[in-house]
Amino acid sequence: MPDVAVIGASMTKFGQRETWVRELLAEAGEACLDDAGVAPDAVEHLYVSNMASGEFEGQTGVPNALAHDLAAVPAYTARIDQTSSSGGAGIYAAWQSIASGASDMTLLVGGEKMTHRTTGEATDVIASLTHPVEYKHGVTLPSFAGLTARLYLSQFDAPRESLAKVAVKNHANGARNPHAQFQKEIDVETAMESPIVADPLRLYDFCPITDGSAALLFCPVEKASEYTDEYAVVSGIGGATDTHVVHERADPTTMGAVVESGREAYEMAGVGPDDIDVAELHDMFTILEFLQMEGLDFAPKGEAWKEMDRGTTELDGELPINTSGGLKSKGHPLGASGVAQGYEIYKQVTDSAGDRQVDADVGLACNVGGFGNCVTTAIMEGRR
Amino acid sequence: MTMEAYRYEDGSITYPGHPIGPDGSEPVDTVDLSEYTAEVVTWTTSNATPPGVREPNHLAIVEFDIEGTPVRALGQLTTGDVDIGDEVEPVYCEELRDPETGIREPDSQAWDGYRFEPV
Repeated sequence: MPDVAVIGASMTKFGQRETWVRELLAEAGEACLDDAGVAPDAVEHLYVSNMASGEFEGQTGVPNALAHDLAAVPAYTARIDQTSSSGGAGIYAAWQSIASGASDMTLLVGGEKMTHRTTGEATDVIASLTHPVEYKHGVTLPSFAGLTARLYLSQFDAPRESLAKVAVKNHANGARNPHAQFQKEIDVETAMESPIVADPLRLYDFCPITDGSAALLFCPVEKASEYTDEYAVVSGIGGATDTHVVHERADPTTMGAVVESGREAYEMAGVGPDDIDVAELHDMFTILEFLQMEGLDFAPKGEAWKEMDRGTTELDGELPINTSGGLKSKGHPLGASGVAQGYEIYKQVTDSAGDRQVDADVGLACNVGGFGNCVTTAIMEGRR
Repeated sequence: MTMEAYRYEDGSITYPGHPIGPDGSEPVDTVDLSEYTAEVVTWTTSNATPPGVREPNHLAIVEFDIEGTPVRALGQLTTGDVDIGDEVEPVYCEELRDPETGIREPDSQAWDGYRFEPV
């Protein structure tokens, strides 16, 4: 089985964009091929990570559209939908395509166009992933976060400010990221005094609604040096599910699919949590950063919040988390987010992250779909 | 109208029911949870609700104790004046949200159900 390299990466500006999903995907896809110096006709497999282009703008068939727009025809194409973790699932699919020998050059592009919808409409599109017994009660993903955050703070005697500090940290990182939707630092007071969205969580505990796209280019490691001297290797990858019905989980503050996908990725890479130098976690809500830190064994159960005061996860900390600004500050264009996590880890382990650069040889990206319903964890290592 | 949970061969109970239970066994019976009270596991008040959903929307995860077997449910609360550990009872509601304004096909599911009210 060939080892799998990432030889190129790109992302568009995230935020409120005038362009539609087809154009966003083409922008990132073209930039990624340019980044690696690979011609479109070399692409054998083309995957598009996207949750809901049909629901958001009435545009389906986006992988074929992208193959045509990039002049990558007759590449094999497929759309990868795993809700918010479509991007991570795309990394998994791209890795499989190379590792299996089915493709020698796979382009993955994730993208979503959302901001033309009202917040209520976009929230409803996302909430449509829920079970009928949840949906009829008007349950949204933010309300799952509120339910879980209240229990976490109560069970582990964690101060409410610890969640605000996640937002402050990730906004500080996003301020250094030219692609981020919010390039603005905030303070704890601002986060703590913002409007309540899903009690006890407030506006700054939530990621925004975002348009954007990101791309990664994969090939076998033995061919990577034909294109570049610096690349990343996908050394570990794991994917898992948890219950569709969120309240059926025995422990609401444990994300089982994070634990399982992380275990698989660590095992495949032959590393453990202490070997990870930098991580991108799916902070769609601030509480999720704590749940993933604990699920991936970066912190003991119920103690991730203590790392906020220690500065462990800041840019100059022992384990920088969400150096990109995370979904919180960078934005969350559903299908693009997991690919953009991969973009950040690729940049970090190839020493090309600019103002956000940390000392990193091994990075981890954890992409969460639903409220922990589907998760993909990928580990990348730099090669120079 | 009932709040129907499934009991499986191994004794476990889930709400809603599934064709196969958590440990792989098949359902053998149903339990009407609306005949029991439950305890609030956690709750929230959502102030940013989708089209057709009341605002604010008080929600809770509650746990029933069915002769020693725990089973959880999520649903609307009749009030935001609750705490973790409070005892609640299901009260019937004819329409929990407006079926005509959301993204989901109205005929694809039921829209009535039970809210939880502090005892």
